[in-house]
Amino acid sequence: MTDTQELAGLLETLCPMFLLVDQKGCIGQAGSTLQKLRPELPLVGQGFLDVFELIRPRTVTTVPALMSMAGAKLHLKFRDEPRTTLKGLVAPLQQSGGAVINLSFGISILDAVRDYALTSADFSGTDLAIELLYLVEAKSAAMEASRSLNLRLQGAMLAAEEQAYTDTLTGLKNRRAMDHVLGHLILTNSAFALMHLDLDFFKSVNDRLGHAAGDYVLQQAARIMLEETRSADTVARVGGDEFVIIFKGLTQEGTLASIADRLIARLNEPMMFQTQPCSISASIGTALSTQLQVLKAADILHAADLALYQAKRDGRSCHRLYSTLTNVQS
Amino acid sequence: MHGLINRAIQSFVCATYGQSCWLRVTEAARLGFIEFEAMLVYDDDMTARVLDALSVDLDRSQAEILEDVGTYLVSHPNMEGLRRLLRFGGVSYVEFLHSLDDLADRVRLAVSDLALPTLELRELSATEYQLGCSPGLPGYSSVMVGVLRAMADDYGALVMLSHEERYQDSDVISIMLVESAFAEGRHFDLGARNG
Repeated sequence: MTDTQELAGLLETLCPMFLLVDQKGCIGQAGSTLQKLRPELPLVGQGFLDVFELIRPRTVTTVPALMSMAGAKLHLKFRDEPRTTLKGLVAPLQQSGGAVINLSFGISILDAVRDYALTSADFSGTDLAIELLYLVEAKSAAMEASRSLNLRLQGAMLAAEEQAYTDTLTGLKNRRAMDHVLGHLILTNSAFALMHLDLDFFKSVNDRLGHAAGDYVLQQAARIMLEETRSADTVARVGGDEFVIIFKGLTQEGTLASIADRLIARLNEPMMFQTQPCSISASIGTALSTQLQVLKAADILHAADLALYQAKRDGRSCHRLYSTLTNVQS
Repeated sequence: MHGLINRAIQSFVCATYGQSCWLRVTEAARLGFIEFEAMLVYDDDMTARVLDALSVDLDRSQAEILEDVGTYLVSHPNMEGLRRLLRFGGVSYVEFLHSLDDLADRVRLAVSDLALPTLELRELSATEYQLGCSPGLPGYSSVMVGVLRAMADDYGALVMLSHEERYQDSDVISIMLVESAFAEGRHFDLGARNG
């Protein structure tokens, strides 16, 4: 008896969630922390398997089976609410035929400290429970700070994309940039030419060979446009397969026509995507800033548009000047 | 300097002196922005410029201001999470003092790139302690004085602190524990996680 008392005292210091059970599985002593989980139910005198249900291994439903689990890790639950899960270890006592069963919370500790209002005094001095709780709180706080940073960075990225002047697929200027350049030229009363270029048969490449082929064609077309223009000119992709080229200070229709013809000739050459040939062409309409009485961005874009549609009507793959359209006044 | 430190200063200034003071300080320190990000790292020089500007704006010494930062970190409702992390150090003020030896390691466990100088507690008697702060973070010992004072209130302990001159390269804070259970102290519930 005194041996049992001494053992219980020892266990209370080292592991306050212990149980001493006899060979019939009846609880003889219970650690103070474990008892704290069931203030209404004195554990001493209860049958171990009446209070706890084994989750793993599930086959253990009898006391002899429980006793045979010496040294193995057990997963168990209280049979009544709150059904806190616990980990357990059985260490048989040779002399009495009973066993020490030590329990711990495992991962359920986070809920357990809240559900049972546990304090650091409920854990033995060497238990890592407090460190675990500290770590969870510290990491959660750090994670929250990182998460809010990520959200702000994402917002900043979207804002930056909105303010960007570059078309990410082709590296050309985008519609925003084109509007900006056009506005500036008009504001400073500069003379310029505006070419509206539309790729012909692009949609069929996209439909037939897929978006990767379509993207490749757009990139090749962009490269050709950059090669055939001066660095001071603005080449912008303003729609799916629509481009606008602004030639600052260039208002000679002859020069513009030869540039347009070169562009069409080069865009007519089949491009090889992987092993597939992609055939496209281009229609171009050109208007000059000097051809409008009152220069407005929308108007010169419209003028180039009219020329482009004339080119389309004339069978595509050609260039038309706004000045040559029969039904407009210059 | 780690963003968490800069952010702590920003949070302290905004909560104590208001947003307009913080804007003046960021302007005077030529930061070029008004918000520090807690999880980014900034040039040490930026922190120094902020503290200089703050000192001029408030017409107070940096040591005084940093002591208040330390108190703020523990006692302001904004910082409840941090107070809890410190309270994990021990169930009594003396236990808390001893846990400071591990503070730098604990901090690194939570935020791996936040390196704080090591602290070393010397127990001269049951009521007299000295806390040595290693060099590496200017002003850290001033912040710690504020933290120690506020944590004493938190535990309900009555202490007298004095921030002494540098001793062999490390700042020393003397702690005289007048009474360990002077007042009720604030409650600490292990399971009361935020959120």
